[in-house]
Amino acid sequence: MQGLKKSLLTAVWFMFLTFPIMVIRVNTIEKTIVWRWENLALVGISVFLLSYVWRFLMSRRERGNKQNAFATDDRAQAFRALIEDRRIRYSLIAAFAIFVGVFPFLFSMYQVNIMISALIYIMLGLGLNIVVGLAGLLDLGFVAFYAVGAYAYALLNLHFGLGFWAVLPMAAVLGAFVGILLGFPVLRLRGDYLAIVTLGFGEIIRLVLENWGTFTRGPSGISNIPRPDLFGLEFGLQGRIIYMYYVVLALVLFTIAVVTRLKYSRIGRAWMALREDEIACQAMGIDKTQTKLMAFSLGATWAAMAGVVFAAKTSFINPASFTFLESAMILSIVVLGGMGSTVGVILGALILILLPEYLRAFAEYRMIVFGAIMVLFMVFRPQGLIRDRRLKRRFHPAESSKGAEAVPTGEGMARGAGSHG
Amino acid sequence: MAEAGPVLDVRNLTMDFGGLRAIDSVSLDIMPGEIVALIGPNGAGKTTFFNCVTGLYTPTSGEILLSARGQRKRLNGLKPNHITALGMARTFQNIRLFPHMTVLENVMIGRHCRTRSSIFGAIFRPPATRQEEAESIEISYGLLKEVGLTALVDETANNLPYGAQRRLEIARAMATEPALLLLDEPAAGMNPSETRELQALILRLREKHDLSILLIEHDMKLVMSLSDRVCVLEYGTQIAQSTPEEVSRDPRVIKAYLGEEADA
Repeated sequence: MQGLKKSLLTAVWFMFLTFPIMVIRVNTIEKTIVWRWENLALVGISVFLLSYVWRFLMSRRERGNKQNAFATDDRAQAFRALIEDRRIRYSLIAAFAIFVGVFPFLFSMYQVNIMISALIYIMLGLGLNIVVGLAGLLDLGFVAFYAVGAYAYALLNLHFGLGFWAVLPMAAVLGAFVGILLGFPVLRLRGDYLAIVTLGFGEIIRLVLENWGTFTRGPSGISNIPRPDLFGLEFGLQGRIIYMYYVVLALVLFTIAVVTRLKYSRIGRAWMALREDEIACQAMGIDKTQTKLMAFSLGATWAAMAGVVFAAKTSFINPASFTFLESAMILSIVVLGGMGSTVGVILGALILILLPEYLRAFAEYRMIVFGAIMVLFMVFRPQGLIRDRRLKRRFHPAESSKGAEAVPTGEGMARGAGSHG
Repeated sequence: MAEAGPVLDVRNLTMDFGGLRAIDSVSLDIMPGEIVALIGPNGAGKTTFFNCVTGLYTPTSGEILLSARGQRKRLNGLKPNHITALGMARTFQNIRLFPHMTVLENVMIGRHCRTRSSIFGAIFRPPATRQEEAESIEISYGLLKEVGLTALVDETANNLPYGAQRRLEIARAMATEPALLLLDEPAAGMNPSETRELQALILRLREKHDLSILLIEHDMKLVMSLSDRVCVLEYGTQIAQSTPEEVSRDPRVIKAYLGEEADA
């Protein structure tokens, strides 16, 4: 009842606010006023409904009953149990792998092309995930490293005729180097300050690319960048796209493997500790400077490699491809997907890149719908699509049971451990 | 192996914050295996002393010398992580765990400065890295066993009850293999039975790891029964330093704690 009243009030308020623009129309030529009362009713009803649904969802969320577009906790639990069942998990993974493997033969070239961009963004997202998700350094200029990679390929190819496979590792090293270079001055900063400075760096790189005409050819960009070859083998148009798909797919798999290993390594733990509590992290013997630089340069490495792929895919680059909007997009992928979670970032990239493509049916409302979906996501799922879960260690049953028996709870602590040692 | 000199030797430590002298020429040494308590009213400079010693602050003047792991080093101006690597670890007054990491991972962070594997080790996982990782897990698990948290290894730290968080912080500090452990109010917020367990734990750790301990504590019962020596600070100056019995009889200490009337 309370909700109804509040929604009603909101509706009346909106009707009042939109009255001058939605209802009154002054015809200046005929000097008449048209009263469009039907608009008033429309505004009232839609605001009322929207407000009521919104309130309903919010109250549900507050009750801790996360029953929205995704699943109740029960259902999530059941789903998790299902996934944890080994046979089901492996068959799911196998099915998914086969689908991904034959994707280019099932769908049109248009779809494959979109998927290639989505895969590039997965690479970028996973790279940024190291910096933002794991190490907790908010980087708004990530696109700078992407640009470095793309231009490295374009320029090295233009001047020295180097191929895709030769440039890829070079760009990775270059990216890491630029990452360290840009990382040094911002090491003292954290949070908002870091975000602003990295934002500045991103823009500086773009402006340099735009204005250093003799080196980068300025805003007109570089064209005729060759696509990757297979030991000198050339493909037809369709073959090239399919080959490109597999190249990017392989790189994404490589990225996933490396990022996962990093995440559960000594270095990955140090990043997370840095994110969680900088002072405690230092007090535990972790070199803050070194750890931050590592995160920065590794993130940059992947951005640079993604840049090479991007340049090869589009075969034309100019500074307009590397604006702040791009950085924001990559950051959205990480945040929406779930900071720190690899699967989350992959899902986030697929959704954020594929969604606008499939929303083309909405024509000019495409970006509005897209924005609304993002807002709703963040309201109802602030932790991201997939919350990062930590690796559980399984100790030998003998060992863990011994531990549990020696120390059932805090109460038995002194007794139990005393008898042991 | 036994080092003859003190593990920690602090001479005339002074710390100024602008015009405020938080610590005024305090000297303190801790012998191997000794438990020293640092007490004093709120705002006496105890935590500032800790922060100076552990490198969070750079002291204005004075000498801090640490003899651990077979070397003697001056700590003034070193970074906290460097000092930890030299063999000193601490816990915090307001618990500072890594809330979203598991209990085991929290302890494994403490192993960071005793392990070497690099990015390439992490990516390619050569046998050396795998062995180092296994050792890390084993040592961390052993420490968790010592503090009685094995049942909670996979829990994230923020889900732990308060007392368990305190013990986890101690285990994490122990994972850095310190020769000197600094505990900042370890019994704060604990009930008497938890405090007794904590006392047993501290004594056990000292026994097993040849540890010297410096602790800040307000729980006088714990201080009196645990420490070999007590150092009392008031307004940044040291007003007493001797055995617990003597300190508890010292009129100046009583005055500092109870106010003027107690003197009369």
